[in-house]
Amino acid sequence: MSTTPAPKALRGLGNYIDDRFHLAKTGEKNLRKVFPNHWSFMLGEIALYSFIILLVTGVFLTLWFNPSMGHVVYDGSYERLRGVGMSEAYASTLHITFDVRGGLFIRQVHHWAALIFVASLVIHMLRVFFTGAFRKPREINWLIGVAIFTLAIVEGLFGYSLPDDLPSGMGVRIFQGVLLAIPVIGTYLMMFMFGGEFPGEAIIPRLYTLHILVIPGILLALIVAHFMILWHQKHTQYPGTGRTEKKVVGTPMYPAFAVKAGGFFFFTFAVIAGLAAFVQINPIHLFGPFTPTSITSGLQPDWYMGFLEGALRIFPNWFDFTIAGYAVPMGVLLPGLGGMGLLFGGLAAWPFIEAWITGDKRHHNVADRPRNAPTRTGIGAAGVTAYGLIWLAGSNDILSETFSISLYATTWFFRIAIILGPIIAFIVTKRICLGLQRRDREILEHGYESGTIQQLPSGEFIEVHKESSPDTVHVLQSKPPARIDIDSTDENGVEPPSGRGAKGRLRARLAHWYTKDNVSFEGVRPHSGHHLHHGATASEEESVKAH
Amino acid sequence: MTDNNTNHDSGAGAEGPDRVIGTPSPAGESLAGATATAHERRHEGPYPAVETHPRPEEMQRKGEKLAALWFLVAFLAGIGFFVSYFSFPPNAEGEPAIADPQTAQYANMLMGGTIALALFAIGAGMTVWARRVMPHYEVSSPYDELPSSPEEKGSFSDFFMQGAHESGFTKRPLMRRTLLLAMVPLGLAPIVLLRDTGPLPGDKLKHTMWEDGMRMVVEGTDRLIRASDLDEVGGMVTALPESHDPEHGLSLNDQAKTVVLLIKMDPADFSDEMTQQQLDWTHDGIVAYSKICTHVGCPAALYEQTSHRILCPCHQSTFDAANGAKVVFGPAHRALPQLPVRVDDEGYLVAAGDFSSAVGPTFWDAEKGD
Ligand code: HEM
Ligand code: FES
Repeated sequence: MSTTPAPKALRGLGNYIDDRFHLAKTGEKNLRKVFPNHWSFMLGEIALYSFIILLVTGVFLTLWFNPSMGHVVYDGSYERLRGVGMSEAYASTLHITFDVRGGLFIRQVHHWAALIFVASLVIHMLRVFFTGAFRKPREINWLIGVAIFTLAIVEGLFGYSLPDDLPSGMGVRIFQGVLLAIPVIGTYLMMFMFGGEFPGEAIIPRLYTLHILVIPGILLALIVAHFMILWHQKHTQYPGTGRTEKKVVGTPMYPAFAVKAGGFFFFTFAVIAGLAAFVQINPIHLFGPFTPTSITSGLQPDWYMGFLEGALRIFPNWFDFTIAGYAVPMGVLLPGLGGMGLLFGGLAAWPFIEAWITGDKRHHNVADRPRNAPTRTGIGAAGVTAYGLIWLAGSNDILSETFSISLYATTWFFRIAIILGPIIAFIVTKRICLGLQRRDREILEHGYESGTIQQLPSGEFIEVHKESSPDTVHVLQSKPPARIDIDSTDENGVEPPSGRGAKGRLRARLAHWYTKDNVSFEGVRPHSGHHLHHGATASEEESVKAH
Repeated sequence: MTDNNTNHDSGAGAEGPDRVIGTPSPAGESLAGATATAHERRHEGPYPAVETHPRPEEMQRKGEKLAALWFLVAFLAGIGFFVSYFSFPPNAEGEPAIADPQTAQYANMLMGGTIALALFAIGAGMTVWARRVMPHYEVSSPYDELPSSPEEKGSFSDFFMQGAHESGFTKRPLMRRTLLLAMVPLGLAPIVLLRDTGPLPGDKLKHTMWEDGMRMVVEGTDRLIRASDLDEVGGMVTALPESHDPEHGLSLNDQAKTVVLLIKMDPADFSDEMTQQQLDWTHDGIVAYSKICTHVGCPAALYEQTSHRILCPCHQSTFDAANGAKVVFGPAHRALPQLPVRVDDEGYLVAAGDFSSAVGPTFWDAEKGD
């Protein structure tokens, strides 16, 4: 009983498809899918859109790029390098830049999209981390996300290596050095990967296959899986009136979200195209072709490789050792592979570690406000600080140059900062979270400070507190209970066996540490506190601290 | 399931504000119940009235105009792209060719700028459409109940196990185990197939083509080096072995292994810690070290003559040229290998043998003899 009959052609098409697939009901259900409104949900979309842009521009690049390390003497249109010996890969990249109209633009779009792709992945992951959106039932999608992030970095490194310009070849060289450092099998891995000694003639064709076929294929499959799971489980949403663990509120796919998201795709593409048009990126013609014998100082890899570069710079050689004359260069292994392992392994393991500590097996659809999970937020901040410092350490030569500090002093600065920085970040962040919790509690009890000053009959001045909106009250009241009761019994009244033994005690201690400082909102009724007396609030705060 | 959304008010009034012009008014429609509010009575959208907040008519009218304006801008910018594309003939066929880097930049700005504008304008138009013309929706929809009911789970589990039993998979272990066994070699086959991707390392990484009597040239040239060429004390030259294939020169692989830094210093500056052998490998204050950093292989290209330090720009490993290129700072562990040098009868600087140890990044058996 439709109220607005569809135009005939559309109806014909719809019937044609439905006759074959029986899609009317599924189709309607999916078009009605609701997307919660929040700007932070667009971060993942940026990643998706830049991936699409990478696929399209990448295919264009393959039309002209020649992934060969065969030696040629350049005689193309770019005068400055005529007569110079180089690989065909480099020559064809020059060809794309100086002979193919729009070629430079496509290259720059591809490169900018790569930088933005990885950046949006990182920020998207941080959003998911800090809001606890990785919790049950979404752990598997988190793991898929970690895999996408890992592959994206590898994909970017391999793409960066293809044009065979000087910095590009240096990246490959460092990759080779890290491979060689692996105990026992390192030399074999390296010889097989490179088809012989460095640089050989095989590595660029092989990286090319990985870069344009294998890794994008896996990435595409993972991204599709990511979205299918997301579609099925739906987004998390931030607390608010009407938004519950059982009900999601937002914009429906059809007609509104489709148009909004479409518009946002064009905006993302416009920003990347604008950057590619006006901001030069990777000007390989200025760097010259790769030779293993020379280097320019101040080389900077793409930003997402910066943390590896920084780790290789500041990690000392103190832990290198030899067993029976065989060398184990920990100074390469730990920063080169251990750092990656720690980053990706830690990210992958976190949801399970947290669930184990808190014993929380419930489903979560309402996201945490970061302040309400202060330990997690603190750990996240410590991680971000560590990453940021190592990343900065990757530019220590530039910092030393810019600020005229000795190079070695910057290395030492980072060696110390990488230990202290995360600890400080953890403590400070956690304190800020707890402070915000206390303020939330105060607002809930007393309303917010209106800014109006009133004089009491006694002559005292006080600030008038006003009642917060119902929505604010709802958000504040949504705070989960302060502590996890680890010793509690399960549904059947039996003490869980996991509570006993050394592992159980460790868990209990961790659970205590994880939540011990949380501010309890128990028994707080909205706007029940003294509206007028500010002094009471202060002592209230004291008693909260004393808990 | 989103079923709760289907209970919307479909018996809405006759002339909804968003009726497509020209479509017939549906027949047999009666006004909604007398209790419905005026707003609900006129509501005819896909979602319930309470979840739909239409924009004021005035805003919609202006929104349509604004969106159309953006789409026109996008169209014109798109045309602009074609104009800029064809204004720059490919190389040599005319001016202004993009073969010139400056022109390439301008062409890039024009082509990219027009495309960026077209994309932006489409995005802007669509956003105006969504925010000024379309209603604002706040639709709610239940999250799916994720775990299946115990009955469903139980039924599935029974079904699955019965199938496994009946098929013989659980009851006939011999068959099951031999099948798993049969999979193992097939699973390994793809790995074995990778064997011929490269040669075995053997002791290839430990030797280079340098041998006694081999002359040296300045890197990037064919100029042979005499000891006197380095007379300026504190001088540094990057050198390679002389190639006997003038047409192709030295392969990149050989360059990557043989490249050396030739450094000349006052022989009195050599540290006491250097062994007699290391000193014998120098000639009149000229010492040669591999230029490939033992950390992960960058060329250690920077030399500071007052302190005799060699610095690798990649991760700043620092080597003391006056003391066997031992590591004095940074992540590298192994000294740069030293190349023994001497002078031949004609006064040319030549190698007196291969490097003192394996060149390049440190690997498992780099410090083992053959
Ligand atoms: C999914 C993520 C991808 C990332 C992060 C990525 C990243 C990169 C980067 C950083 C470069 C160096 C560009 C330069 O400045 O010259 C590059 C080059 C290249 N990419 Fe990709 N890419 C991706 C996907 C693809 C796909 C799907 C294809 C092809 C189907 C492709 C084809 C190429 C080609 C042919 C080059 C060499 C041409 C050149 O450098 O000018 N890429 N890629
Ligand atoms: S490669 Fe020389 S310091 Fe890392």
